[in-house]
Amino acid sequence: MAINKVVANAQEATKGIESGMTLMLGGFGLCGIPENCISEMVKMNVNDLTCISNNAGVDDFGLGLLLQKKQIKKMISSYVGENDEFERQMLSGELEVDLIPQGSLAERCRAGGAGIPAFFTPAGYGTEVAEGKEVRDFNGKPHILEHALTADFAIVKAWKGDTAGNLIFKAAARNFNPMMAMAGKITIAEVEELVPEGTLDPNTIHTPGIFVQRIFQGVDYKKRIEQRTVRQK
Amino acid sequence: MIIMALDKVGIAKRISQELRDGWYVNLGIGIPTLVANFVPEDITVEFQSENGILGMGPFPFDGEEDADLINAGKQTVTLQPGASIFDSATSFAMIRGQHVQLTVLGAMEVSQNGDIANWKIPGRMVKGMGGAMDLVASAENIIVAMMHTNKKGESKLLADCSLPLTGVACVTRIITNLAALEIKDGAFHLLERAPGVSVEEIKAATAGKLIVPDNVPEMKIK
Repeated sequence: MAINKVVANAQEATKGIESGMTLMLGGFGLCGIPENCISEMVKMNVNDLTCISNNAGVDDFGLGLLLQKKQIKKMISSYVGENDEFERQMLSGELEVDLIPQGSLAERCRAGGAGIPAFFTPAGYGTEVAEGKEVRDFNGKPHILEHALTADFAIVKAWKGDTAGNLIFKAAARNFNPMMAMAGKITIAEVEELVPEGTLDPNTIHTPGIFVQRIFQGVDYKKRIEQRTVRQK
Repeated sequence: MIIMALDKVGIAKRISQELRDGWYVNLGIGIPTLVANFVPEDITVEFQSENGILGMGPFPFDGEEDADLINAGKQTVTLQPGASIFDSATSFAMIRGQHVQLTVLGAMEVSQNGDIANWKIPGRMVKGMGGAMDLVASAENIIVAMMHTNKKGESKLLADCSLPLTGVACVTRIITNLAALEIKDGAFHLLERAPGVSVEEIKAATAGKLIVPDNVPEMKIK
């Protein structure tokens, strides 16, 4: 029998999240974001959060909900263009923002979970991103030193999960979720469908349960689409 | 001075002529995305979307859109047969590891030594670089798709970029509404004129060092 990671709901899953903590939140845009835990944190009295997330949601959904209530002190992201409130708080200096290249963000999370303290990458060399960072040439090309990221809590969203914490993601909702799951001291997974251990084919698991400490079946997923683009038949 | 020789679709059509059979290609947001509509019929390319898709297809039919299947511009898309899905770290391993043959992206400014600026206007627009810095730092073949001048009519092809850089000495080719240009040896080299555009008009719209050969053919756009 595998170790059971199941908790009842978002309220139980987010227990222990406190003001001033660093959180990682999976998702790309509004795709694959932990909707249930975000809603729960809006209700909780937690502030001064540092949130590591590729994007910051939109004004009235995703991390935008925490921004509206000024619960976030600092964002570490790669692209925040879809959120007016974010831009306002950033330009006015209310919100501290660390913008970093998307691939460096992904790799920094992966490194954090994989026990690699830092790595060299060419991304950002010669730009603001490189300021204050060690530069070293490899194969005749300059690279900058980027440090691993970890979090007090990583909060991810998967399509299916089992009681052992094994996760399967659907389509492009995978994105940052697997790396962030690795990099949390405590990783919370909310899933659309929670099944008993032994139900999922071990060959198809994207994130092994060892990276997940708490799992629960989410409810009422809105899965909002940011840019609905279609063609006619 | 605003000359509209090629529209955005025209720029995308001209860029599609740069595609080669068997290439994996990353298209940025805006004009670059349109290039996918004009792949020559006799070649096969696969589009990579940095949020984790290889083999990205066209927009879904009305009613078939899936919130879990979007491109890097957060638009709903589909998968082609043979497509694959992966996480963000794997996606940028493809990019950083130079497994993607061509990157096409937009720019606010490009300098004559190939520097590009496209992510920030200090104090005014701060959206972030997304995957652009990773893409331009590693891709061997970078085409910039953009208008030759900005909304004020000022050249976007400069001696030095004035905006915060996205990458240094990385752009190899630029396709604008006025011209196709190559960047080498610290200068813009004029390759082709857009239909109906004169060399004089291109010279006037280019602030950086421009090398003009004796014969500058006109683009052939279908």
